Amino acid sequence: MPVLEQEGTQIWRRRTTGQSLVRWFGWLLGVAVFVYCWQIISASTTWFFVWDAPRIANDIWTRATPPKWDYITQLGRPIWDTLNIATLGTIIALFLAVPVAFLAARNTTPSAVFIRPVALLIIVSTRSINSLIWALLLIAIIGPGVFAGVIAIAIRSIGFCAKLLYEAIEEIDHTQVEAITATGASRWQIMAYGIVPQILPAFAGIAVFRWDINIRESTVLGLVGAGGIGLQLSASLNVLAWPQVSLILIVILIAVMISEWVSAKVRGAII
Amino acid sequence: MSHTELDDVLGKGWRKPPFVKNAMLRWALIVGFVAYLIAAFLTIEVDWGRVYEGLDRGWAFVLAFTSPDFISRWSDIWSGLLESIVMTVAASVVGILISIPIGLGAARNIAPLPIYVICRGIVAISRALQEIIVAILLVAIFGFGPLAGFLTLSFATIGFLSKLLAEDIEAMDKVQAEAIKASGARWMQWINYGVQPQVMPRLVGLSMYRIDINFRESAILGLVGAGGIGATLNTAFDRYEYDTAAAILILIIGIVMALEYLSGIIRARVQ
Repeated sequence: MPVLEQEGTQIWRRRTTGQSLVRWFGWLLGVAVFVYCWQIISASTTWFFVWDAPRIANDIWTRATPPKWDYITQLGRPIWDTLNIATLGTIIALFLAVPVAFLAARNTTPSAVFIRPVALLIIVSTRSINSLIWALLLIAIIGPGVFAGVIAIAIRSIGFCAKLLYEAIEEIDHTQVEAITATGASRWQIMAYGIVPQILPAFAGIAVFRWDINIRESTVLGLVGAGGIGLQLSASLNVLAWPQVSLILIVILIAVMISEWVSAKVRGAII
Repeated sequence: MSHTELDDVLGKGWRKPPFVKNAMLRWALIVGFVAYLIAAFLTIEVDWGRVYEGLDRGWAFVLAFTSPDFISRWSDIWSGLLESIVMTVAASVVGILISIPIGLGAARNIAPLPIYVICRGIVAISRALQEIIVAILLVAIFGFGPLAGFLTLSFATIGFLSKLLAEDIEAMDKVQAEAIKASGARWMQWINYGVQPQVMPRLVGLSMYRIDINFRESAILGLVGAGGIGATLNTAFDRYEYDTAAAILILIIGIVMALEYLSGIIRARVQ
């Protein structure tokens, strides 16, 4: 226990002198790094624009209100496309994520040395790249449109779904699997009757959760040309049609809220 | 589940219990889903000729991963990457600092009702608005550059961290906090000794996770002019320089993996 001698009495302290020095230097280093980062940001900022920002914000606000309500008639198809991108993307991703998850889980992988690292690499690389970047890439490859959005969402979701799913597979109750094995079941029968029923609720939960996230992401995919309501948003921004922009933002907000509500309801019913 | 006697089921074959118990609801869900899928497939327009043409380019991109070109655009990559990291660090620090008081305010067992409503409102707005949409608006207001990206990421961090922190505080053990209060502690002391030790490990874990997310998001903010590696990546795609794009993607994946590994170590140490 570190103590401090002071006028003959011992006073309790939380840390020794060495420890508190190390901590102090740690904080100093942290603050120095932050200040350095701030300097870089500040150096590449046009401060005149920043001081002018309240006026600009006010200007945009007056231009954007009231929203152009009758523009909503043109938004039906883009919303439908957005919904399709999210839903079809999620379905494709789930089909691809299930085998990857089974290959990545320690208790079901055929080979922990060769196949598991490959599955983990697929999970990490698809997860760490944002769907907008996937969309950008796919547009360069297969051309702009809804299809590129669907594939982008699908690729991006594989890693997320597979990661959550393989964690669920690793957490299953092993006694049930053993019971099925003891009846003489084949490998696929063990899978179907021992493992799948245990992870089915987790699977449904993951599917709905990811669908909710995908609705959010597919609303902005159009910014790079991959279909959906983002196309309208970027078109309106390009011609500075602020009343349309504000209407689209309201529509996106409502869509996000509905999808979040649906996802919460379904997950509440399952779990 | 209704109770069944063993004698009733003897002699009958066993069938898997269905996932959705109500038969009407089950069939309605299946029929509705199939109908939706058909409608979705019919409205998606895929130009298969264009897709086929793109396959060569897609293959070229996959091949580019085997020979990524770090050198010819290194100065652009480096400045973009540095800007991304700088934005991530600064936004994480500021976002975490702001989200702590808001998280305290959004916890119903600590905050009085008016403060609770205000803080929950801030959290809801920040969570409902996508990073990229916030970035578009902030670029319009503050001008191009990393300042807009920094503000976007800080704002997004607040919504994420405050919500989870507030949920953690609401789920904390009341007894410990009451014991501190009973000793005559002031409000700050109560928070500091009764609440903070209980939520600290999770706060550190979530902060690390958020730094990871912030870096991933900073990679796309450049698409709308908010600074970071995204602008470089976009240019590389536009010029069909797949080897440079592959190099950038490999760098992003590498940094995300390193951050995940680091946060794993730190989370294991605090818990």
